[in-house]
Amino acid sequence: MKNRTKEQWKDVQVAAGNGLLDRRAFLRGGAAFAAAITGYSMAKSASAEPLGDDPWSKVPGAISPSYEKRSRYEEKLVRTLSNPNGEPRTQHARTPHHLLNGTFTPNGLHFTIIHGGTPDIDPDKHRLVIHGLVKQPLVFTLDTLARYPMVSRVTFVECGGNSAPFFSKEPIQASVQALHGLVSCAEWTGVRLSTLLEETGLDPKAKWFIAEGADAPALSRSVPVKKALDDAMIALYQNGERIMPGNGYPMRLLLPGYEGNMNIKFLRRIKLIDQPSMSYYETRNYTQLLPNGKSWQFNFLQEVKSFITHPSPGLGLKGPGLYEIAGIAYSGNGRISKVMVSADGGQSWAQAALQEPVLSKAFTRFRLPWKWNGGPAILQSRAWDESGDVQPTRAQIVAARGESKGVPPVTAFPGQHYNGITTWAVDAKGEVKHVYA
Amino acid sequence: MFTRRFSRIAVMLSFVGVTTAALAQVPNLGKPIDPADIAAWDISILPDGTGLPPGSGTPAQGAPVYVQKCLMCHGVDGKGGPNNALVGNPPLTGGDRDPVKTIANYWPYATTIFDFIRRTMPWQQPRSLTNEEVYALTAYILSLNKLIGENDTMNAQTLPKVRMPNRDGFIVHYPDKI
Repeated sequence: MKNRTKEQWKDVQVAAGNGLLDRRAFLRGGAAFAAAITGYSMAKSASAEPLGDDPWSKVPGAISPSYEKRSRYEEKLVRTLSNPNGEPRTQHARTPHHLLNGTFTPNGLHFTIIHGGTPDIDPDKHRLVIHGLVKQPLVFTLDTLARYPMVSRVTFVECGGNSAPFFSKEPIQASVQALHGLVSCAEWTGVRLSTLLEETGLDPKAKWFIAEGADAPALSRSVPVKKALDDAMIALYQNGERIMPGNGYPMRLLLPGYEGNMNIKFLRRIKLIDQPSMSYYETRNYTQLLPNGKSWQFNFLQEVKSFITHPSPGLGLKGPGLYEIAGIAYSGNGRISKVMVSADGGQSWAQAALQEPVLSKAFTRFRLPWKWNGGPAILQSRAWDESGDVQPTRAQIVAARGESKGVPPVTAFPGQHYNGITTWAVDAKGEVKHVYA
Repeated sequence: MFTRRFSRIAVMLSFVGVTTAALAQVPNLGKPIDPADIAAWDISILPDGTGLPPGSGTPAQGAPVYVQKCLMCHGVDGKGGPNNALVGNPPLTGGDRDPVKTIANYWPYATTIFDFIRRTMPWQQPRSLTNEEVYALTAYILSLNKLIGENDTMNAQTLPKVRMPNRDGFIVHYPDKI
């Protein structure tokens, strides 16, 4: 067997400036090469200590619980809450992307936004009515929906206001959780809305449908019928188990690629109509004021986007050496086709490896080996999707949409639908800061 | 792909009444319901006034309801605090901070005020107001914003006719997606 040394990364082809290596380097390098990777939180050590049994290895372990709980050492891995005391306003809970890996968000860490608290819904009493411009209004229960053909789909859900701090005039120092935590990805299983509309029949005058929740604010949005006949789903399961209360138990509307607020939770009513209802959330809230005084309305798509999660603020580097730059890319238009990474502020770019499977409208994990030489580095990622869309720069977004005139709180929403590039600056100590570049 | 294409065809067929073949493909377990039995949930108001219930209200009738049920969150005369102001017409752009979207400077339809109050407010007791109270509160807020006269009555006929200043302020980003 060929005996590679820790220094053999030098043989690997450099793909771009400031130490970015070829994306296939880890695959080629084999076990010895992989062992050379320095973990983000692991200190560099000389040689390992002698091995011996630890106490937990010498006694029988705990009884298996009926519902598995994570290790007590992982209890710090939590969502951050904007309104922990439940004051009479919206609550946000953000996903800690810098502490997760892969592409599925665990159900307990999926982001939620709740505008009037989470209702305690008895699934046996919950009903879904479909009415309006249909041939026959129908009521469905959870039991009856269980008899319908189901589909599973991995898809992200993203709040239209995710990444709002990027509209701040100055970069806000915060973790990737605070900056990008209002997006998550799960496998959702349920019944296609088009299946139920076959049963109710559809009046040709129906152009939109109202979706409405059973929560206190009876949150409602108007959705084009086109989406109902495309890929809209009445989702019942989240990563294999029933949907979490904060994500709409016992059923939610799932509109892959469309802004989170439209994916109505606690779904109890669908009404087919000939015009949008101009509800609060589609006129006042989820409309984006432009510099010319006009506002975008019905701006449903969550467009192509990526950000680096490893490293990121709070997840710094521990000494020069080999690291894996990793992050998340996704697009409401379809599959991610390419992610490029720069370590020199966009002067040169290397193509990242995309973790298979690359699914439409789902998180795609990208990875790239990087030899950090201990000097300053400016890290960026940029994604392309299969429709040909490319992730814009922040400067392009600001030119078209404007920016905040001051520095708002990190939890504020000075803008929406930011899908521009995120930039992390690494200093000589390995600390990571949010910068604009 | 086959199932998606099939379901589209099936829905199209149902337009013209050829439903038998399509319905054979699904369990048909939805229970028919009379539209009258949906009334309690059927609360959406469309911008042309569709859905507005009988009843009416004036600003004077709305003022005491506001004091009793809204003031604690929205402040005296709707000026705000701790939650959003309901009255005020600051410039949307040109300030030294972020745009503040208010009813007077931003909301395109007066029907949305009725819809939102009736479905969501008051915060602690949504859907507890009578239709008369919702009309009166809507009239009170519109009047404080000088969008209607102090003595105007709001009802199913008059409310959709209120012209909101930012009515033409919206454009669709991706028209082909709708």
